[in-house]
Amino acid sequence: MLIKLTQMRPGQAGLVADIRGGRGINTRLENMGIRRGRRILKVSSYFGLGPQMVEVDKMRVAIGFGMAERIFVEVSG
Amino acid sequence: MTLKKILLMGNPNVGKSALFSRLTGAKVMISNYPGCTVEFSQGEMKVDGERPVVIDVPGTYSLAPTCKAEEVAVKMLGEGDVVINVVDATNLERNLCLTLQLLDSGKPVIVALNMWDDTKHRGIYIDTKKLEELLGVPVVPTSGLSGTGVKELIQRIHEAKAQQTRHTQDEIWEKIGKITANVQKLTHRHHTLLDRLEDWSVYPFSRWIIAAAVVIGSFWFIRFAGEGMISLVFDPLFEGVWLPLMEKLSIFLGANSVLHQILIGTLENGSIDFGNSLGLLTTGLYVPIAMVFPYVFSFYFLLGLLEDLGYLPRLAVLADNFMHRLGLHGYAVIPFMLGLGCNVPGALALRILEERREKFIAATLMAVSVPCMAQTAVIIGLVGQRGMTYLLLVFLILFTIMMIEGVILNAAVKGESPEILLEIPPYRMPRFGTTVKKLWMRMSAFFTEALPIVFLGIFIVNLLHSLKVLDVLGLIFRPVITGLWGLPAEMVPALLVGLLRKDVAVGMLGGLGLDNGQLVTGAVILAIYFPCLATFFVLYREMGKADMLKITLIMIATVTAVGTLLNMLF
Ligand SMILES: Nc1nc2c(ncn2[C@@H]2O[C@H](COP(=O)(O)OP(=O)(O)OP(=O)(O)O)[C@@H](O)[C@H]2O)c(=O)[nH]1
Ligand SMILES: [Mg+2]
Repeated sequence: MLIKLTQMRPGQAGLVADIRGGRGINTRLENMGIRRGRRILKVSSYFGLGPQMVEVDKMRVAIGFGMAERIFVEVSG
Repeated sequence: MTLKKILLMGNPNVGKSALFSRLTGAKVMISNYPGCTVEFSQGEMKVDGERPVVIDVPGTYSLAPTCKAEEVAVKMLGEGDVVINVVDATNLERNLCLTLQLLDSGKPVIVALNMWDDTKHRGIYIDTKKLEELLGVPVVPTSGLSGTGVKELIQRIHEAKAQQTRHTQDEIWEKIGKITANVQKLTHRHHTLLDRLEDWSVYPFSRWIIAAAVVIGSFWFIRFAGEGMISLVFDPLFEGVWLPLMEKLSIFLGANSVLHQILIGTLENGSIDFGNSLGLLTTGLYVPIAMVFPYVFSFYFLLGLLEDLGYLPRLAVLADNFMHRLGLHGYAVIPFMLGLGCNVPGALALRILEERREKFIAATLMAVSVPCMAQTAVIIGLVGQRGMTYLLLVFLILFTIMMIEGVILNAAVKGESPEILLEIPPYRMPRFGTTVKKLWMRMSAFFTEALPIVFLGIFIVNLLHSLKVLDVLGLIFRPVITGLWGLPAEMVPALLVGLLRKDVAVGMLGGLGLDNGQLVTGAVILAIYFPCLATFFVLYREMGKADMLKITLIMIATVTAVGTLLNMLF
């Protein structure tokens, strides 16, 4: 099932399927190890339209809400 | 190959500055958050009788920069003879991206596999021999913390090799996948108390409890420690030991001599007043040492602990939502936090922000409403005497100004606030040695930079006073100071000194016989009317002429309006 990163539940993991942003966003996310095919775990999300905390490669990254809206993740079930 | 310039390059927060200080013995800031180093610093090192310059470069994720600090890093690359690529061994995959880009750049590279001491408990095993083979350049495991491997790094620096590779970005990722699959084994990691604390700091509810504990605990600690040092050490020292000496000197010099005016200053009702006499040996020593130092010391002790632990990025994430309303994102709390200590490093730290709009808003808010610790200390000392309510009122007003101005700027300046994208480093237990070293650096900077300027400020005021310039200025500014703000025109000298040192300036309010409301107004005005010149020049350099002119106009408008409003309210 393909959902946005912002729609994932805390504790849910999946594979990054698509990043629908401009080149700039793609590069910056890639720098953090977030790119197509990577396993991503949602740790928690912050109040309202707050950042999304994720874990990739055992490293935690906070992603602003707007940016997280452009990240699509393939999750099971 | 002659070695002249060695660059330390790598991703943010991988230990470049720690290794730099190991290699050169130079003292630099080391903190557990990405973007600690925003300007390069250099030192010398010894290799086989040569003395090459080593440069600690700001961290960068790739050779395509996304902010000013990264730009500095990429520009430096052209100048180096050899690059020591510092790699975080606990994060190999992501770090290798820059490594391969550096190899593509054709510079001779040697890899320092740093944080080596940290790999075992995380269950990470790396075959360094194989990594060396696959990359084609030397790989040395190091620890910037303990110094292991640094000797070998120096010995092998001549083996650094240039590669003639060329990769597209996709090829780079593909190659990294192959390399890590070959050299790295991940097993189960041991969970420590720090790991659990990491979770609590980001999970809902507990993160707020921790944040509240940190913020309230910090206020409490700084106040308690600062006050304690003053009442136990510095007041007894100044009142009991220094004052009698100064009284003797005063009699010896004679109250009307020029030297008396310079060293002791003006007597108030026949006696020395440390806050207001404005002599070099009275006010000039008392304000920075007995009023300000204890608070600055406590503040930096605590900030150092939080920095080394790695709490600041977590605070930044927590503040993100709120900061968006001010046109910023959460990471702007870093320059603000540093600015609470001293606005100068705060202004420099604006470089970690990506966009011009964001930097402009953050610079304005900092210049207007982030008081430095020196100023805060004197406000606590002076306004605190009138009661806790007035003290809190001053900071509440400053905070309100920041919010209102932020909301206005966010609406008025074209563009949108960018999104936060921030690596959250693991918590690291602060080491006693590193924390003390950092505190020592900051304290010696305080004394070498603050004391001369305090003296200069006091000297200039005395000079202007004797030349009657102050009286003229008082007449000119009376309509604003008295007419709009309801303060005595004698505030002019404080406004002048405030351009050099805010702490001395606030202290001078003590001698004007202000009532409670006036004192609050006066303290707020001194905080917001203009940053000290040191801050102003750094901001000018960072922001450029046009933006600085705008910021200055905003400051003048703000202080005029706020002063008038407060005068009407109190
Ligand atoms: N365990 C461990 N910690 C280290 C090591 N080297 C550095 N650190 C810690 O890692 C954090 C970052 O170190 P810095 O030297 O400031 O990193 P940097 O690469 O200069 O970071 P930026 O200037 O932000 O790019 C600090 O808390 C250091 O104490 C190491 O080899 N092992
Ligand atoms: Mg550094």
